[in-house]
Amino acid sequence: MLNIKNLHVKLEEEDKQILKGVDLSVEAGKVHAIMGPNGSGKSTLSYVLSGREGYEVTDGTAHLGDVDLLELEPEERSAEGLFLAFQYPVEIPGVGNMTFMRTALNAQRKARDEEELSAADFLKLVRARAKDLKIDADMLKRPVNVGFSGGEKKRNEILQMAILEPKMCILDETDSGLDVDAMKLVSEGVNALRDTGRGFLVITHYQRLLDHIKPDVVHIMADGRIVKTGGPDLALEVENNGYADILAEVA
Amino acid sequence: MALPQVKVDATDARVADLSLVETGWTAAARKNALSRLREMGLPHRRDEYWKYTRPDTLVQPEAPAAAKFDPQEPPIFSEMDRLRIVFVDGVFDPEASDDLTLEDVRIDRLAEANSDIHWARDLYGALEAEGQEPVERPLATLNTAFATDGVLIHVTGKPSKPISLIYYHQATSSDAVLHHVIKLDAGTEFTLLENGPAAARFNKVMEVEVADRATFHHVRAQGRDHERRAATHIFARLGAESTFKSFTLTANGVLTRNECVIELTGDDAVAHVAGACVGDGDFHHDDTVFVTHDALRCESRQVFKKVLRNGATGVFQGKILVKEGAQKTDGYQISQSLLLDDDSQFLAKPELEIYADDVACSHGSTSGAIDETALFYLRSRGVPHAEATNLLTLAFLAEAVEEIEDENLRDEIVSRLEAWLTRHQS
Ligand SMILES: Nc1ncnc2c1ncn2[C@@H]1O[C@H](COP(=O)(O)OP(=O)(O)O)[C@@H](O)[C@H]1O
Ligand SMILES: [Mg+2]
Repeated sequence: MLNIKNLHVKLEEEDKQILKGVDLSVEAGKVHAIMGPNGSGKSTLSYVLSGREGYEVTDGTAHLGDVDLLELEPEERSAEGLFLAFQYPVEIPGVGNMTFMRTALNAQRKARDEEELSAADFLKLVRARAKDLKIDADMLKRPVNVGFSGGEKKRNEILQMAILEPKMCILDETDSGLDVDAMKLVSEGVNALRDTGRGFLVITHYQRLLDHIKPDVVHIMADGRIVKTGGPDLALEVENNGYADILAEVA
Repeated sequence: MALPQVKVDATDARVADLSLVETGWTAAARKNALSRLREMGLPHRRDEYWKYTRPDTLVQPEAPAAAKFDPQEPPIFSEMDRLRIVFVDGVFDPEASDDLTLEDVRIDRLAEANSDIHWARDLYGALEAEGQEPVERPLATLNTAFATDGVLIHVTGKPSKPISLIYYHQATSSDAVLHHVIKLDAGTEFTLLENGPAAARFNKVMEVEVADRATFHHVRAQGRDHERRAATHIFARLGAESTFKSFTLTANGVLTRNECVIELTGDDAVAHVAGACVGDGDFHHDDTVFVTHDALRCESRQVFKKVLRNGATGVFQGKILVKEGAQKTDGYQISQSLLLDDDSQFLAKPELEIYADDVACSHGSTSGAIDETALFYLRSRGVPHAEATNLLTLAFLAEAVEEIEDENLRDEIVSRLEAWLTRHQS
C-alpha cells in the first residue's frame, strides 16, 4: 500500500539533512508502528508524505499504491486516500468544525468524481461517528479545535479519519497529551477502522499506545533512518530498556 | 488663522458651479454650511486627517470618469421583502421605487420637502455640524450645503420591513450628492439597507438620531464598480438605552472614505460599527471612525477587517474618546488586515483618549498573511488550495460580519464575499 524507498529529505531553508534514506513498506490490512527518540525525524516523515512545504526531497520515492505521492499537492494526496492525524492539530478560529469536515469530505468526493453528500446525509454520518468517539454536538459546532482540550483535539482527528475513510492512515503521536480514558477512546476509534483494505502507520514515542492498537510490525527510527524492524515485542524491548540499547546495538 | 490659499482656491473651484437652495426649511442650514465650509476649506493632502488617503479626486470640481460596471448577478438584498427607494446617479427614480408609504414610518424626499416647516429641520446639518469637533469633515459640510436629494425617514414605531436605498451608477462622470436624515422616536426599531455604487463619484451624508430605547440597524454594500469613488459620512447621536448597529461591505472601488461619527449621549447606549472590505489591485479603502462616550455605562465596538491583494491599500483611523464622567464605559476597537501578497498595504491609526477613570477600553490592530499551518491542515484533509484560502479568508472576516444581527442579511453578505473571493483567487 505505502512504499517508501531510500527517502532523503532536507530542510528547504537550511542545509540540514533530516531523513537519510528511509525504506518502509506498509501492506494493506497491517498496522506498522514507528518508534524513536525525539528529533529522529518521525514527524518530518509524516509531513513529507502528506506534502507540507518547507522540505526538499533530495533522493528516493514514496508511493501510495501506484501513485507517486511526491508529485502531488497535499489535497491530491488526501483525495488518493492518505490521511495524517497531526501531532499538534491546528486551531482554526472562524471555521466551524462541521463546515470544515463537510467541505473536506465533499472536496475529496469531487476529486474522485463521486457525488457530494447532502447536508442531511452528512449530518447523519457525523452524528454516528461522533457518538462512538464521545464527541458532543458542542464540539461539532465550535470552530475547528478552538478551545478543545488535548484529548478533544486528538479525538477530533480520529473523527475526521472515520469520516474520510482513508486507505492509508498515519498517526503522529496521537497518544501524546491523552489520559487513560481518552487513550482508550482514541484506540477504539482506530481499531474500529482496521480493515483488510486499510494500512496504518502509527508513530509513537512510547509503547503505551501499542497496548491498545496492536501493531503487526514495529520499526525503530533514529537519526533519519529506520535502524531496526521487528514484531510487537520490539516495542516491549523499548519500553523495558529504552532506546539506548537498541541504538548501541545498531551503531 | 487664515485659511491657506490652496484651500480657498480649491473650495472656490468646487462650489463655483453649484447652486445653493435658498427657499424652504433647509435654506438656513445650507447657507450656514456654506459659510462653515469656506472657513474650514476642503481637505488637502497635507491635512493630518488625510495623511493616508489623498482627497484630491474627492475634492476636484469634476468627478473623475468611472466606467459603469455590470455585475452578472442580481443586486444584493433583491430577494428580501423591503421598501425600495431607487436613485440613479443620485437622481430619484420613481418608476423603479416603491410607493413611499409604510406603516410606523414617515418617508419624504429631501428634494420634495419644500415647505417651510419639516420635522427634519432641527436635524438637517445639525449632527453634521456637531461632528466637526474636534476634527473637521469638510466634505460632509459641502454635502449639507449642496445635497440635491436624499431621504428623510421618521420612525414612529416598528415598521414591518426594512427600507432599502438602492443606488445605481449609469453615467461615466456622474457626481451624486445625497443627504439622508433618519430619526427614530423613543422605543422604536428600524432597519435601513443601502446598496450600489451610486455614481462615478458619490458624496453621501446620513444623520441618524436614535432616541431613548430605540434600535437602529444599518447594513450597506457599496456595489462592485471598480472605478467609482465615494466619500460617505454617518453622524449618529444615541439616547439612553438605545442601540445603533451599522455594517458595511465594500468590494472594489478605486477610492472609498467611509467616516462614522457616533456620540453616545444617553446612559447605557450601545453602538457597534463594523466593516468588511475586499480589494484587489487598484483599490484604496479608508475607514475613519470617531466614537465619543459622553454618558454612563455605554458600550461601543468598532470591528474592521480588510482583505487586500495585488497592491490594494487599506486605511483605518479609529478613535474612542471617553469624556469626563463617562464612567463604566466599555469600548472595543479592532482593525485587522489580511494581506494576500507583499504588494498590498494596511495603514492604521488606532487611538484612545480617556478622561474618566473607571472604564474598560481595548484596541488592537494587526496586519498579516494567511496562516500557512492552518492552510496545510485544511489541504491535508483534501480541501483544495484556493478553497482553503477562501475558507480562512472568510474566517478572518467573520468577526466583522457577525456584527450583523439578522441572519438572512448576514448570509447575504457572506455569499457576496464568497462570490468575490471565488472570482479573485490566485
Ligand atoms: N521546519 C523545521 N525547521 C527546523 N528544524 C526542523 C524542522 N522540521 C524538523 N526539524 C528538525 O528535524 C529533526 C527531526 O524532527 P522531527 O521530525 O520533528 O522529529 P520527531 O518527530 O522524531 O521528534 C529535529 O532536529 C528538528 O529540530
Ligand atoms: Mg514528532
